[in-house]
Amino acid sequence: MLIRMEQRPEPSKSMVYASPLIAVVLTILTAMIMFAMLGVDPVRAIATFFIEPVSTLNGVAELCVKATPLVLIGIGLSFGFQANVWNIGAEGQLTIGALAGGGLALAFFDEEFALLLPAMLIAGVLGGMAWAAIPAYLKTRFNTNEILTSLMMTYVGLLVLSYLVHGPWRDPQGQNFPESRLFNDAALLPVLIEGTRLNAGWLIALLAVAAGWVLIARHIVGFQIKVIGMAPMAARFAGYREKRLIWLTLLISGGCAGLAGTIELSGAIGQIVPVISPGYGFTAIIVAFLGRLHPVGVLFAGLLMALTYLGGDSAQITMNLPNAVTGVFQGMLLFFLLASDVLIKYRFRFGAVRIVPEDGQ
Amino acid sequence: MNADWLVPALLTIITAATPLVFAAVGEAVVEKAGVLNLGVEGMMIIGAIAAFATAVSTGSGVLAVVAGASAGLLLSLIFGVLTVYLQSNQVATGLALTIFGLGLSALIGHSYVGKTFPGLAKLSIPGLTSIPVIGPILFGQDGLVYLSVASVALVAWFLNRTRAGLLVLAVGENHDAAHSIGYSVTLIRMAAIAFGGAMAGIGGAYLSLAYTPLWVENMTAGRGWIALALVVFASWKPWRAFFGAYLFGGITIIQLYAQGMGVEVSAQFLSMLPYLATIAVLVIISRDKAKARLNAPACLGKNFHASG
Repeated sequence: MLIRMEQRPEPSKSMVYASPLIAVVLTILTAMIMFAMLGVDPVRAIATFFIEPVSTLNGVAELCVKATPLVLIGIGLSFGFQANVWNIGAEGQLTIGALAGGGLALAFFDEEFALLLPAMLIAGVLGGMAWAAIPAYLKTRFNTNEILTSLMMTYVGLLVLSYLVHGPWRDPQGQNFPESRLFNDAALLPVLIEGTRLNAGWLIALLAVAAGWVLIARHIVGFQIKVIGMAPMAARFAGYREKRLIWLTLLISGGCAGLAGTIELSGAIGQIVPVISPGYGFTAIIVAFLGRLHPVGVLFAGLLMALTYLGGDSAQITMNLPNAVTGVFQGMLLFFLLASDVLIKYRFRFGAVRIVPEDGQ
Repeated sequence: MNADWLVPALLTIITAATPLVFAAVGEAVVEKAGVLNLGVEGMMIIGAIAAFATAVSTGSGVLAVVAGASAGLLLSLIFGVLTVYLQSNQVATGLALTIFGLGLSALIGHSYVGKTFPGLAKLSIPGLTSIPVIGPILFGQDGLVYLSVASVALVAWFLNRTRAGLLVLAVGENHDAAHSIGYSVTLIRMAAIAFGGAMAGIGGAYLSLAYTPLWVENMTAGRGWIALALVVFASWKPWRAFFGAYLFGGITIIQLYAQGMGVEVSAQFLSMLPYLATIAVLVIISRDKAKARLNAPACLGKNFHASG
């Protein structure tokens, strides 16, 4: 073979950071080819997708609004992914968290209750945690695969939402629309910039970045999470309690997703609607990987992914492209990222095989 | 006894089970080769839209099924190149495949929303199909139902009775040993992945051609994931996967008929049944840790690189 893959003696540090950039560039190039094939001017399409949405203050505010749930969930998921705990049910945890927080807002609809907002946020966290506790319990007690159970619970969670907005929680004055009544002002997150939807939820997401960094880089739990992911045997010898870490990572990611759901309701939407999230829980998986499972990386990745949502909308409005393009972009980006990650552990060699004396080993 | 409801009930079970049979049996082969492809949902949905688009534009059911299989296969090759050649994480790549498949199918399907297709032709043998009860069930199905049963038999025979099948098992149990005696782990795995992709594509095609002959975004509704659970449930055995798929078909039927029988439960709660049943099944199967490990292919989910 003319091109060979050769294992690097040590994983390349620089490639860990270069790989996301390579992936973004490759995605944009492929997208341009795709647009050209669809008969759309590729340069204009890319500009519509990635530049136009953030060319106004309102656009930047929307970017942060969309990035808020992605960053929050992405940080939560990154802990689990480092420990090889694959919670892919964040979408369901987001939904149940939103219902817990939103339910509280509906329950205290008529009353002036100063602590309503903090109570809602806590309820959101607890709701998400409760939903994530199911796969955690099943995995630690019955050894079931958390990928499948957390995903099945997502479908169940979405059906719970559908039941509530079509049934008991429907607005009595809403002419049968499947929507709850509008939240009381006390249940809404304060807006940061007047005239935009940018709300205090974004600050909570930034706070989560800081907290996430402390936990993973400075706390013993973060260290244990990394060890259990990289060397499960070593972790067992060191006496780390694996089940405790499974519980912990699932509860953290579920809590973050639930919080994101409540913020989405009380910040961006203001009532309970049949579709709370356009798949943030799934996109956050890409965010976590693109951000290298590191809180600061997740922040940037979250902003980039939020941009693909805005870009999809603006491409639909100005160029009449279906906004499903967003999903294609996101999937493509993850493919390219996973492909370029090969460069972290391997390098490509050109030419015929030569026998090189092994150093070390 | 009034058996009027029996035939339609059985027919519904068959229609609900068939897409799961295809996807689960395909994935069983992939996993037997040591590869965990979590992208079944993505391959199914891409198969569904490819088949539906072909059916609408050509009117041919056969071409539509071929298109569905090819679409699933093509998508699975992306997964194969990434995991087998580029050593990417199988779990993450499978998830990417699902996200990509759902997005791409929505993009392609955009212009097919609201179009219709008469559905796959059903077998009709004079004299046989009109036999009460067994006639419509045994002799009145569309071609894909027969193909699904045949594929289970073929896969069971292939894995247990042929040399090539044993090679697949060898690669899944111990890829280093298979490599050291001169078999190409990469090629065998790629072939298994491609087969799984084509089968998932046909499963998806069945959804958009026969189950509900129209295109709806996200119409697979988690069936790809249920198929993955079925593989675990079946201990990677094709006939057990077949049986499991029919069990799930049976659950679907409860959903459809409970309301007709006047049970006072919201539609949403009945729709939860297949997902909750999947969890219940996983719990029962995984409970015994030692046994679960004994059944799973030893190299499942592990990447192979010759220089290792």
